[in-house]
Amino acid sequence: MNSASAPVTDVADMADMADVTDVADTVTPAGADAAPEITAGYNFAYLDEQTKRMIRRSLLKAVAIPGYQVPFGSREMPLPYGWGTGGIQVTAAIIGQHDTLKVIDQGSDETTNAVNIRRFFARTAGVKTTQRTAEATLIQSRHRVPERPLTEKQIMVYQVPMPEPLFRLEPRVSECRKLHALADYGLISVKLYEDIVRHGSIATTYDYPVIVNNRYLSSPSPIPKFDNPKLNMNPALQLFGAGRERRLYAIPPYTPVKSLDFDDHPFDIERWPHACALCGSRDSFLDEVIVDDAGGRMFVCSDSDYCGEQRAAQESATATAGQQTAAAGQERP
Amino acid sequence: MYVAVKGGERAIEQSWRMLDSARRGDPALPELTVQQIRQQMRLAVARVMTEGSVYDEELAALAIKQAAGDLVEAIFLVRAYRTTLPRLGYTLPIDTEQMRIQRRISSTFKDVPGGQILGPTYDYTQRLLDFSLLAAGDSPQAAPAGPPPEPEAMPRVVALLDKEGLIEQERASANPSEPGDLSREPLRIPADRSTRLQNLARGDEGFLLALGYATQRGYGNAHPFAGEIRLGHVVVEMELEELGFAVELGEIEITECQMINQFSGNSITPPVFTQGYGLAFGHAERKTMAMALVDRALRAEELGETVESPAQDHEFVLYHSDNVEASGFVQHLKLPHYVDFQSELNLVRRLRENHPALRPEQSDPLSGVQTGMQADPPHNAREENAA
Repeated sequence: MNSASAPVTDVADMADMADVTDVADTVTPAGADAAPEITAGYNFAYLDEQTKRMIRRSLLKAVAIPGYQVPFGSREMPLPYGWGTGGIQVTAAIIGQHDTLKVIDQGSDETTNAVNIRRFFARTAGVKTTQRTAEATLIQSRHRVPERPLTEKQIMVYQVPMPEPLFRLEPRVSECRKLHALADYGLISVKLYEDIVRHGSIATTYDYPVIVNNRYLSSPSPIPKFDNPKLNMNPALQLFGAGRERRLYAIPPYTPVKSLDFDDHPFDIERWPHACALCGSRDSFLDEVIVDDAGGRMFVCSDSDYCGEQRAAQESATATAGQQTAAAGQERP
Repeated sequence: MYVAVKGGERAIEQSWRMLDSARRGDPALPELTVQQIRQQMRLAVARVMTEGSVYDEELAALAIKQAAGDLVEAIFLVRAYRTTLPRLGYTLPIDTEQMRIQRRISSTFKDVPGGQILGPTYDYTQRLLDFSLLAAGDSPQAAPAGPPPEPEAMPRVVALLDKEGLIEQERASANPSEPGDLSREPLRIPADRSTRLQNLARGDEGFLLALGYATQRGYGNAHPFAGEIRLGHVVVEMELEELGFAVELGEIEITECQMINQFSGNSITPPVFTQGYGLAFGHAERKTMAMALVDRALRAEELGETVESPAQDHEFVLYHSDNVEASGFVQHLKLPHYVDFQSELNLVRRLRENHPALRPEQSDPLSGVQTGMQADPPHNAREENAA
């Protein structure tokens, strides 16, 4: 977390911040998006420093109590509620000039909303942006966790529409708070049990509820349950922002996260009988794409960066193999 | 073909340009000016200021122009701008008794001290389309507004009932606490009345109108009378610490509504009239009347009445009144949901594989569907349970 507004005591930091040309040089490296000009008249990363401080305080509390929903003074952002205002505020509060930002929506860096949010930060913070999971220090996401394992040097920021995992069972915020305080999660267990009775299995496929750090029932945001195992003991800090509902929560690095299940109906992730049509991966979450009027379909990786990496790896492997064959052919008499 | 699902920067920029040209309309016609909107669409300006939570006619008019007349979008624009402004402090409470009145009516007394003043109202226009407005140029009947109203003491109607103790009075408390600010702090339930009123003032006029209407139709047990509705200008003053006295910042136009409601009383409190309160920037009678009805309905709990209708339910009203929140969340369904939908597709396919109505012996798909529709789900559940 390279905070721009942190007290500047580090001489090296100060030198870096003073050296504006140095920062500007890093804005558009090869391979990254061309960053538009920084918009004048706004503070670094849009929010004023008072607001950032308020959000950081709430985030500290969230990290201290994993999975607990902390109310915060969510601001009206220049983006509609429900479109990522919580995630944007978290990102704005923690992003620093040396961060590299990746924004994904449904696993892809190229959907309009992801492009829009990435550009918002390129314009208001002038930070380096990337589409590569490996290069990013900060990843804001809607509905997916990248396939590539995260590291301790990375922070995940999730956009959350409904932070309350119990809202379909108990719409009253005040009641839900009591249930959390008492760790009374009977309602959700009954719901899962009824699923099994009616359908033979648990009929929740995304936003599948989890228990964080053996205490708080939490919404993992509407990620597919396929991604739930990635939350558990993840080396990266995971922050969740719900702007409209004005709640923040967190899963600190290496925190146990358990998806709800029963001993005789253990948690399971979805699997496909297909491989990705583009990269051939059998380990990633696949999106179904309708390709013609006859209802023809193809299945491709939802994580566009992962899919690209797999293909690049295959190409280089083929090239190397080709070179080796050629070399072997030359050696052969 | 996979690329088709991706948007990208150029598409967004193109969409901005199309929006601009759609807003401008036929370039052969002169462009609307912000001043024209401010002067000639004053009711739209008032609504944007009230629900946008900032009193600035010019900004509101600009937002209406930019939003091509979509008032909820204009309110959003104003809110997004407002959030970047520093909050300098609080003004003194405005004194509506000292209002420079344009319109003032009471439906509870035939005549009241200060008189009934009809003022500008659509109430008695008979709603005939005025085709003379179709013609360009100034309308001929732009009559002079008459002499400016003489300043005269206008005590509030509800205060007249004070002597008999027939109606509860709202008095400034001796040690008022600092008011909350919903634009800075999250709403917490239970919310006190000043927070609730702030929420309702920012709330969507249509939502409040429907809820207020519902209380009149039996969903909320209301017996309201329009005690008083006032429209006019009030002075805004602020105390500056350096000076130690209040300084006049200017005047704002507001509409205020005090609704009188019956309260049947209980073993402790004798029967008495109670109040519902509405206040909005500019001329906004529908909004303030609806707000007053909902405010009174929300007081059910504190007055010991049964809470049985949506309009009396704090969480239901306060969490759903904001049109910027509601509009954003409803319309976020436009965003891609490929991943969630994919998960649901897989699930529904799997559940259908195992469904008794779709077993192979019923090969005719139509009969399968019919059986499925007639099947009683609890009955099926019991069967599976027994199995």
